[in-house]
Amino acid sequence: MGLESKLPSGILLTNVEKFVNYSRANSLWPATFGLACCAIEMMHTGAPRHDMARFGMEVFRASPRQADLMIVAGRVSNKMAPVLRRVYDQMSDPKWVLSMGVCATSGGMFNNYALVQGVDHVVPVDMYVPGCPPRPEMLLDGILKLHARIQGETFAEQGAKT
Amino acid sequence: MTLDAVPAPVITALTFVVLGVLLWLFLTRTVLGRGFAVPLKAMFVTPETAEYPEKPRPVAPRFHGRHQLNRYADGLERCIGCELCAWACPADAIYVQGADNTPEARYSPGERYADDYQINYNRCILCGLCIEACPTRALTMTHDYEFSSATRDGLVWTKGELLAEVPPGGVDTPHLDREVRERGLNYYGGLAVTPPLLHGGTYQPAAAAPSARAGEVIPHGELPEPGDEPHDPATVGDPTRQRPGDAPR
Repeated sequence: MGLESKLPSGILLTNVEKFVNYSRANSLWPATFGLACCAIEMMHTGAPRHDMARFGMEVFRASPRQADLMIVAGRVSNKMAPVLRRVYDQMSDPKWVLSMGVCATSGGMFNNYALVQGVDHVVPVDMYVPGCPPRPEMLLDGILKLHARIQGETFAEQGAKT
Repeated sequence: MTLDAVPAPVITALTFVVLGVLLWLFLTRTVLGRGFAVPLKAMFVTPETAEYPEKPRPVAPRFHGRHQLNRYADGLERCIGCELCAWACPADAIYVQGADNTPEARYSPGERYADDYQINYNRCILCGLCIEACPTRALTMTHDYEFSSATRDGLVWTKGELLAEVPPGGVDTPHLDREVRERGLNYYGGLAVTPPLLHGGTYQPAAAAPSARAGEVIPHGELPEPGDEPHDPATVGDPTRQRPGDAPR
């Protein structure tokens, strides 16, 4: 990466880092990747009752290039895995992945030949949300924990990920 | 009578009345006006949005949240390590490692206890079949749903995390067999014998002994009133018990 990863942390870019992380955490646009029933709860989270717009996340981008967070909502079949990876690769850095529900996290109760046993076989996952499907509050809880993590991330850490 | 004879305030009032009637007709009778009326009405509606992290709404009384391993009033664990929960689990999310109670270290009233108890929330679908399978109501579900984690390891909950707090007046496990016998509590609702004797001694019928359920920690956080029947979650299906708002059966 650039200069920020060569210098010891906290010397050059402390406040810039804080500011950038603040903006990143508070306008985290999700990519639509609804695969199953979890997607219904994900839509519900975006709907007025739970209103993800309160956290600057109201726009579910259909185009991965404008998205920062991929919410993998639902079970990932072996046939879907390359598509998922392609969408992830098309997202521009910095990007995060949230595995929503137990099927995305580990295959859940579907321990069979058709499903990927955990989406982290395909893409790196930053937050696992349990539940089947997680209620909107559970998803919001995961998202808020992810926001807190993003605000604490340094550029060097962010660079090492990519 | 000419218009000049009418006082000015009356004319003003009449004008407002006529304008008001026209506006009302516009907003209720015309297609365009009815459309405008929708956002106008919405200005006076309380927002539906749940202010989640600040003011979480209460979940349903029997919400399936994360699990809890309960204790008796004296602190003994309810789990007897029978693994019925693990057998019932459709997702193979529960791991139980049973072990024998000894006179020096007693964890549960029966012969066996759960030496290790893990629930893998990477797989658990919170269906509650384990709760139905549990013969001692050791495993119940709480209203806690905020347990997402940044790692898969963080979602594997072990016995220490799942075990309920020691109720007031109770002691953390392990207990000495002698102490448990001196308390002489009735652990299985008169269905089994107490005090538990593994090594020598005679069995005593339990029906007369005081119940160990009184004052136990109830997952929903409501403590029983003095004089209440001992709370047993296994009786929630009783048709004579009704909550307000329930349809009569």
